[in-house]
Amino acid sequence: MLGILNGRVYDPLNGLNGEVRDIWVKDGRIVPPEEVDRERAEILDATGLVVMPGGVDIHSHIAGAKVNAGRKFRPEDHRDHTRTRTAFTRSGSGYTVPTTHLTGYLYVEMGYTTVMEAATAPLVARHTHEELEDIPILDKGAFITMGNNHFIMRCIREGDRDKARDYVAWLLSAARGYAIKIVNPGGVENWKWGRNVSRLDDEVIGFGVTPRQILTTLAWINDELGLPHVPHIHGINLGQPGNARTMVETIEALEGRRAHFCHLQFFSYGGEPGKRLRSGAAEVARAVNEHPNVTVDVGQIIFGEATTMTSDGPLQYRLHRLTGNKWLNDDVEGETGGGVVPMHYRRKNLISAVQWITGMELFLLIADPWRVFLTTDHPNAGPFFAYPQVIKLLIDRDARAEVLEGLHPKAREGALLPELDREYSLYEIAIITRAGTARALGLKNKGHLGVGADADVTIYADLEDKEAMFAHPRYVIKGGEIVVHDGRLVRERPGRTLYVAPPYDPGIEAAIRDHFERTYVIASDNYPVQDEYLPHGEVVPCA
Amino acid sequence: MSTIVENVVCPFCGCLCDDLAVEVEEGRVARVRRACANGRGLFAHYDPTPQRPTVDGREVDWEEAIAEAARILNEADSPLIYGLSSMATEAQRKAVELADRLGAMIDTTSSVCHGPTGLAMQAVGEPTCTLGEVRNRADLLIFWGCNPAVSHVRHFTRYSVTPKGMLTPKGRRDRTVVVVDVRPTASARAADLFLQVQPGADFEVLTVLRALVQGKTVEVETVGGIPTARLQELAERMKTCRFGVAFMGMGLTQTGGRDLNVSELFTLVAELNQYTRFSVIPMRGHGNVAGADQVLTWQSGYPFGVSFARGYPRYGPGEFTAVDVLARGEADAALILASDPMAHFPGAAARQLECIPTIVLDPMPSLTTRVARVVFPTACYGVDAAGTAYRMDGVPIRFRPVLPLVRPTDEHVLSEIVARVLPG
Amino acid sequence: MRTVSAKYSAGVLDGRVGRVLLAWMAEVTNMNEYFTLITGRTPKQGEGLHKGKDSEAYRRATALVEMSLEDMARLGIEEGQVVRVRTAAGQVEVPVRAGALPPGLLFVPMGPVANMLIGAKTEGTGMPPFKGLAAEVEPR
Repeated sequence: MLGILNGRVYDPLNGLNGEVRDIWVKDGRIVPPEEVDRERAEILDATGLVVMPGGVDIHSHIAGAKVNAGRKFRPEDHRDHTRTRTAFTRSGSGYTVPTTHLTGYLYVEMGYTTVMEAATAPLVARHTHEELEDIPILDKGAFITMGNNHFIMRCIREGDRDKARDYVAWLLSAARGYAIKIVNPGGVENWKWGRNVSRLDDEVIGFGVTPRQILTTLAWINDELGLPHVPHIHGINLGQPGNARTMVETIEALEGRRAHFCHLQFFSYGGEPGKRLRSGAAEVARAVNEHPNVTVDVGQIIFGEATTMTSDGPLQYRLHRLTGNKWLNDDVEGETGGGVVPMHYRRKNLISAVQWITGMELFLLIADPWRVFLTTDHPNAGPFFAYPQVIKLLIDRDARAEVLEGLHPKAREGALLPELDREYSLYEIAIITRAGTARALGLKNKGHLGVGADADVTIYADLEDKEAMFAHPRYVIKGGEIVVHDGRLVRERPGRTLYVAPPYDPGIEAAIRDHFERTYVIASDNYPVQDEYLPHGEVVPCA
Repeated sequence: MSTIVENVVCPFCGCLCDDLAVEVEEGRVARVRRACANGRGLFAHYDPTPQRPTVDGREVDWEEAIAEAARILNEADSPLIYGLSSMATEAQRKAVELADRLGAMIDTTSSVCHGPTGLAMQAVGEPTCTLGEVRNRADLLIFWGCNPAVSHVRHFTRYSVTPKGMLTPKGRRDRTVVVVDVRPTASARAADLFLQVQPGADFEVLTVLRALVQGKTVEVETVGGIPTARLQELAERMKTCRFGVAFMGMGLTQTGGRDLNVSELFTLVAELNQYTRFSVIPMRGHGNVAGADQVLTWQSGYPFGVSFARGYPRYGPGEFTAVDVLARGEADAALILASDPMAHFPGAAARQLECIPTIVLDPMPSLTTRVARVVFPTACYGVDAAGTAYRMDGVPIRFRPVLPLVRPTDEHVLSEIVARVLPG
Repeated sequence: MRTVSAKYSAGVLDGRVGRVLLAWMAEVTNMNEYFTLITGRTPKQGEGLHKGKDSEAYRRATALVEMSLEDMARLGIEEGQVVRVRTAAGQVEVPVRAGALPPGLLFVPMGPVANMLIGAKTEGTGMPPFKGLAAEVEPR
């Protein structure tokens, strides 16, 4: 039992904006004070400290085949960034691609307690779950990529949405996934022919369906299945000048169905191909503001080293050709693909600078903090432990101005950012890093400190320097246990893997068997992730 | 009374065929269907009868053997953990944890197999795909320096040369097969085109292929013993195929240029993607060496040749790799896991295992168990021990053990040793 | 172009550069009949593996050296005749088997016998020189 007394509590889901409140914890949950025996409870004096729910990261690449290929491929990323083992923690290494244990420690030391692995191909979901088990303390989930799935595309062509729906339910259960992830719908399949898509109505080779159809079908399925999260979408034309237009069209294509668009910054460029990159954030922000059915995370650029890793095969190839950096590609039968390319963002590089500006503009132009979330699409735009840097920039317009000064001089031309003087409040920061993300994820017991919530609590010193404040919380409580005390990790314990198990018509299984014969070289019986991989698994109910 | 277990996963080689049917009668494997001779041999010859561990050749109980193993490892200043490739990932994770806690060096059989492939991937990248893509799409297959007919016996029929796939409905007739090797192997018999390269000349041939693919003129008439005109034809085929896949093996990793040979092939494959789609798949040898790579990487950051001696992981091919460490006498204790270095290491390295206290976990007697101080006869992954293995293309599959588990598993023994590691 | 049976489609170790190199090696190492040695898997070695590495089957499968018919003829070596094979790392005495090899190439199956011929220099990679060793052959 634990009592966190006298802190200034920011709990937006329960309307608390810095009010002084006591928080009581018992058996891993927030409880009413009368349930706690004060004599026997451990007491944390939070006087003068800022108390928030533990951070909830809605999009990060932390575990699985692609991430591990990134680790193996980049020993240069690890050599100067190591963590020595202690009596109760494991050693680790890595900067943009930290090892599993280190990932857990770094996130928790930063005050985050729940992280969603952003993209897992179902064929290798077992790998993701093995790694998630080796990421301590955090609660986790995995999004399952479906936007280039052969079975689904065939159902769309046949006009059989119900069959696709049952398949998706089966697939989520088989992969023990948390949500439907869509990456460059149709484009990754076309990459297996050396091509891509560039418009919502382009045809997917060999299937005769379009990205638009894939998106709308999966959005319909998501609603049908009552999944806690919404379809999580990495759209088409990532990184292309002028793609702001595509993003707006994509948002409109949903026709009011709910969806989440990830690392929006990479889809918010104005200008035209062949011409100078410009921010198109205004256009995209307007569309987001006008469509309350949509949530987004920004994917803010952090200057310095990054590792791009996505399921977007053709994009990754293009980055390889653009930068000349070494390139990993992996085409996954019947499902998806992807690649990894090291990247470096520089202040004095015009493109990096415009990308940085674009992300900042999105944060400041999207009005509703409940619908715009803080990410760096780790490690694509930057490492997750740079979040405190971004928080500082959102809270302090002078800090932004200082960065602007140091950018490539042409980057400011035509940029709105210099005029945008909005400053986020602590309340709004709490929304974009925990309350809003938890709500968007449908995690009813996360992101808030009301009675019944998981006792994931982060306590910060109230420092002038907001980057330092958010980089080193004083205390972190996970599941009711103090894991960070006086800024240091003091306990390691396993976290949980959250997944959904929507029901489906068992009649689908015959069709699935046929599909396996035709598409895969693994037996359909050997494909689903077995119970043994989720010793700390927990089903999150569907509506 | 016999039972048949279907969809059994064979743990022998990197093919990890998961379509075996194993018939079990009275606690022994009676018949194995759809396996190659290697898979059948593994299932049929394994005797699951519990054996007692031995210390200095003397049978002891498990508790005593574990205590002795822990004592040896705790007292060592520079212990080496080696092997891992024929164990489940669940056990591999324990092995890495043990190395971390001990401050040991840990290396896998990759270092004498596809370690150079890992070095190449780290240098230039690796465009790859899963085996189903090969079956479904590949119309040009290049086997370079590998002999699947002997080492991965069902590869041709299950994944690459003959099976019918989505875009390859005519199977063999929809594909062109090229074999490059220093001698006509059994695999070469399956080829449409066999190119015999001089030993040690793969790098030159690959470099010239890159030049030809880029449209450059090459002025010599032969390269590495192969007429340039034939290489020009090959370059054309590679550029105009629909979906090409190269498979590579020890012919590149074990000859002079080692990782440089592989880098050249990987670069060629990457460059071919300017013209068509091309991938490369390393022919991972042991059943779960790919898993060992994955586990060591996700826990330490590096795929093989790791030292935890300073309390954090360091990567050192040539420095912390087993052959080097043993040959230079830099290990004062060895824990050999599911591998047989006495049979597969150069003499100068293998002999060291007789000079230092060696602990072995292995389901079967081997040349290494013969010289070991402590021997743990553990269960055999895939046959009676459950767990996970990673196929050569990175797809993880869970075993379906066909015999009841009566022996302790590698995972269990390693956990027990971990629990006895002394701090400091 | 289809070649159904295994045929050589390229030259052998007697190209001009090869000859110069080997002549230099002979000078430097004082070797007489020198070859390039490779080691690797064979079906019988695999079979022997399953029977156990102290089985007769394994021993017989791994204690041999394959040589081309041309070289056997040239050196007057009969099938099954024992020869000494020597590399910088060590030497072994094993019977010869005719193999589908180009002249100048020797093949020994991987195993304890091969290991006596392979050195431990990995050139910073971890990988010993399992293939491409200079080897000398002497009929016994």
